[in-house]
Amino acid sequence: MSKVKVARKSTRIDMTAMSDVTVLLLTFFMLTSTFVKKEPVQVTTPASVSEIKIPETNILQILIDPKGKVFMSLDKQGDMVETLTSVGKDYGISFTPAEVRKFKILKTFGVPMKNMKAFLAMTSENQDKVLKDLGIPTDKKDNQFKSWIKEARATNKDLRIAIKADQNTPYKVIKDVMSSLQDLRENRYNLITALKKVSAK
Amino acid sequence: MSEIQTSDTGGKKKKGGSKQKKISVFVDFTPMVDMNMLLITFFMLCTSLSKPQTMEINMPSNDKKITEQDKNTVKASQAITLVLTGGDSIFYYNGQPDYKDYNSLKLSSYTPGGLRSFLLKRNDDAVTKINDLKKKKLELKISQVDFTKEVSDLKNGKNTPVVIIKATDKATYKNLIDALDEMQICNIGKYVIDTISSADKFLLRNRATKGAYARSGAK
Repeated sequence: MSKVKVARKSTRIDMTAMSDVTVLLLTFFMLTSTFVKKEPVQVTTPASVSEIKIPETNILQILIDPKGKVFMSLDKQGDMVETLTSVGKDYGISFTPAEVRKFKILKTFGVPMKNMKAFLAMTSENQDKVLKDLGIPTDKKDNQFKSWIKEARATNKDLRIAIKADQNTPYKVIKDVMSSLQDLRENRYNLITALKKVSAK
Repeated sequence: MSEIQTSDTGGKKKKGGSKQKKISVFVDFTPMVDMNMLLITFFMLCTSLSKPQTMEINMPSNDKKITEQDKNTVKASQAITLVLTGGDSIFYYNGQPDYKDYNSLKLSSYTPGGLRSFLLKRNDDAVTKINDLKKKKLELKISQVDFTKEVSDLKNGKNTPVVIIKATDKATYKNLIDALDEMQICNIGKYVIDTISSADKFLLRNRATKGAYARSGAK
């Protein structure tokens, strides 16, 4: 019996082309995408036909969840520090440098001033857990939201206000936020929406 | 492709010239691909591709100088007042409502056949002109700058309707955005978000009870 000779072939695959493709894809993703910000609550924005894009810098984002909790985020850390100190001054609270440093790295904040010190003392995992149950008070008696906006505006003149709210948020909360903004003469702001395609007619 | 042919002259030299020895250097790209794939996965998961859209609105200032009377003069001329209630329904009235007749408050919806067709009809003049402009722009007869300028002129023209949007506490944010959206679709340049007044609440209640509320109040 003769042995069947199997010709040995090299199983090497040339990966160069594959590498080219992946690098190309990687470049594409790096250039076009923006990082997702960590937000304490999941928010589904309503769709609209508006096609204006939001500017990238100097944004003061107001996040409103379906239950009506209000959070804020600023995109510049320097602004955050100054805003915190001046709001603290309004409420007679001063912060240690360690607390300021912890506040600086927060992505979104929204804590009543009386809880702020305790909140900043927590570890960041615990902060994430409690943050979604807190929120900035907007009611008439103790409108801390107003002072946050006022101080943020005082810190950075070019700030643009953007409201991002869930589609099921009751209008009552939106009205409170809007009238607080109106009181501060902040009459121009953006509403963040998702894209919807509708033909006129 | 990833082979590099190097030729070196061997150490031994023979009489009949030099024999070249070929060494092929094969670079293995597999780890490189692995790493790239990992990075792509990371970027796909941690980033969002689309930037969020926004809607720009200008709210009226809270100036107390604008009196109730001023509002009424606007109303009487060509205002349309929308009252957003919860759910899918929307009420509107033209100009000054007739407080005695519950039918002056009309029911509509967010569907294309509802509010949109009504507003398009009211804003007919501007809408047809803007559509003409759009066509011209597609045919590249006018520039983008001219287009935006003319559109905003038309939108804020003299005979375009003014829309006042009022929402009850039951309405959701989505209702508000939908209503604002209709303004954009129907090319209405003059609209304002206002707080609901007791007169509007009266109208709503009157309609819900088919006029019985007004009659009982009149007595």
